Amino acid sequence: MVFLDFEKPLEKLYEQLEKIQQVDEEGIVDMSATIKELETKIRNTRKEIYNNLSGWQKVQLSRHPERPYTYYYIEQMCRKFVELHGDRFVADDKAIVGGLGNLDGQSVVILGHQKGVNTKMRQYRNFGMANPEGYRKALRLMKLAERFNYPVICLIDTPGAFPGLEAEERGQAEAIARNLFEMAQLKVPIVCVVIGEGASGGAIGIGLGDRVFMLENTWYSVISPESCSSILWHSWDYKEQAAEALKLTADDMFANGMIDEIIKEPLGGAHNAPEEMAKALKRHIKKTIAELQEMDVEERIEARINKYATMGVYDVIPQEAVQEKEGK
Amino acid sequence: MGWFKRLKDGIQTATRNKKEAPEGLWYKCKRCKETSTMKELKENFLKCPQCNYHVRIGSHDYFDLVFDGNYEELYPDLISRDILKFSDLKPYPVRLEEAKKKTGLNEALTVAKGKVNRRPLVICAMDFTFIGGSMGSVMGEKISLAIDHCLETKIPLMIISKTGGARMMEGAYSLMQMAKTSAKLTRLAKARIPFFSFLTDPTTGGVTASFAMLGDINFAEPEALIGFAGPRVIKETIKKDLPEGFQTSEFLLEHGFLDFIVDRKDLKERVSDMLTFFDN
Ligand SMILES: [Zn+2]
Repeated sequence: MVFLDFEKPLEKLYEQLEKIQQVDEEGIVDMSATIKELETKIRNTRKEIYNNLSGWQKVQLSRHPERPYTYYYIEQMCRKFVELHGDRFVADDKAIVGGLGNLDGQSVVILGHQKGVNTKMRQYRNFGMANPEGYRKALRLMKLAERFNYPVICLIDTPGAFPGLEAEERGQAEAIARNLFEMAQLKVPIVCVVIGEGASGGAIGIGLGDRVFMLENTWYSVISPESCSSILWHSWDYKEQAAEALKLTADDMFANGMIDEIIKEPLGGAHNAPEEMAKALKRHIKKTIAELQEMDVEERIEARINKYATMGVYDVIPQEAVQEKEGK
Repeated sequence: MGWFKRLKDGIQTATRNKKEAPEGLWYKCKRCKETSTMKELKENFLKCPQCNYHVRIGSHDYFDLVFDGNYEELYPDLISRDILKFSDLKPYPVRLEEAKKKTGLNEALTVAKGKVNRRPLVICAMDFTFIGGSMGSVMGEKISLAIDHCLETKIPLMIISKTGGARMMEGAYSLMQMAKTSAKLTRLAKARIPFFSFLTDPTTGGVTASFAMLGDINFAEPEALIGFAGPRVIKETIKKDLPEGFQTSEFLLEHGFLDFIVDRKDLKERVSDMLTFFDN
């Protein structure tokens, strides 16, 4: 088990529990009452910690090394899955994966960012930071879905699009822009879910959909708290403040009307009960797809565009003030 | 009113400084360090007369360069709101106030409607001096409104980008402007109304990764910095020096992401040519 810094009280309790369980197993003293007591304490402590998470703590949770990634959810949700590779131009990006899945009898195209599960794989997956080929592969799969009238599911989990030399040469910006443009008009339903990190252009590059959900302990923002700290505070030390200031949690994003729903995580986070998490995710996605399939294609596209068209908050200067300023 | 009209009218000083172009008598070039007179600079389309460096200019300077004289500003009364109560070293409202004072503008994007050799055009142009030309809710909304206007009137749209990207102080709202503007542009495309994306120095981040790369025609000023990630971030990531000319307009042209590069002196004629082509 990996404990995050704010989970320290839990770590201690688990250590105690382990010791007592050992004594109990030796069979000389019956410790079952104490074990029960400790288990209750663990549950309550966990509740207490998890009911009061700060923005930064949620960022940490979204990056928890044991957190389930895209492949895990695909495996749990789809009876069958055939992975499809390559953008047909340059390469097969390892940070965005996808293919054809079967969701209880419904064919779907399911894709998402994939982080590595260990040190070696993290490098192989480029830490979930896609190159343009990743976005272009995603678009190719979405176009395939459109041709055969399958819904599209996008799972978002990235610290950002990769800021590399080749990425620029091959048009990282164009690849993301193109996806936004094409996803706005895609004829099939699109459901997007932030399952971990939703950082900036790298996230929204597969994130424009009819419905966008966030798992409870994830974040979605224009920039990572670290980079925000570095740029605005001129120091890496203000990531906690930046995380609060950016209003990047699922609660904030829902309150501000930028996502459609929050999917509750099991107590202690998705990694604490991944199967339960996958079941909840599947339930939401299935229900949503069924709703979206009821809509007429053009109506669905218009509603999708209109949803984004209303995002943004601004003020209008009262007319008298404008005239005054211009000296009329 | 920009320098063209002022020269014509014989007015020497700006009444309200809405220009990014340098004021005063002398101009010292940022690149070649040579000094020219302001008059020489202005007569040379705000490029250095010695080395052709395209001086960073503002929205109204571009309007003056491209439109036939008069133009009408659209949606001038939209202003940013500090919806997130964002504060870093400075509260966002203070930053906004300072930017307004410094530039005489209400926002980092100005929309104007005018004529180019008698053909109508709507231009959205950015001012880098206004919080780095950053894209927040107002920029997104102004572009969205401009698109609606173009849809109603069948007038082509041109966006002149000059920006560091998204405005962090508006958090995810600024990120969503990428989706908003790109989604709205699909309506323009469906209605077959041309959209020209003109990229100037610099154009990076969320703006490049949305509407700036989605023009029916993408074109740029010479030697502009254009990219997704900033050069500093890339350098820190790959831990290597960047090759000469990386992320310049010429680099993007070479790699297939621009239709052409245009010298500022030919800008109006090029835009006019495109309007003629698409008016068929
Ligand atoms: Zn010069």
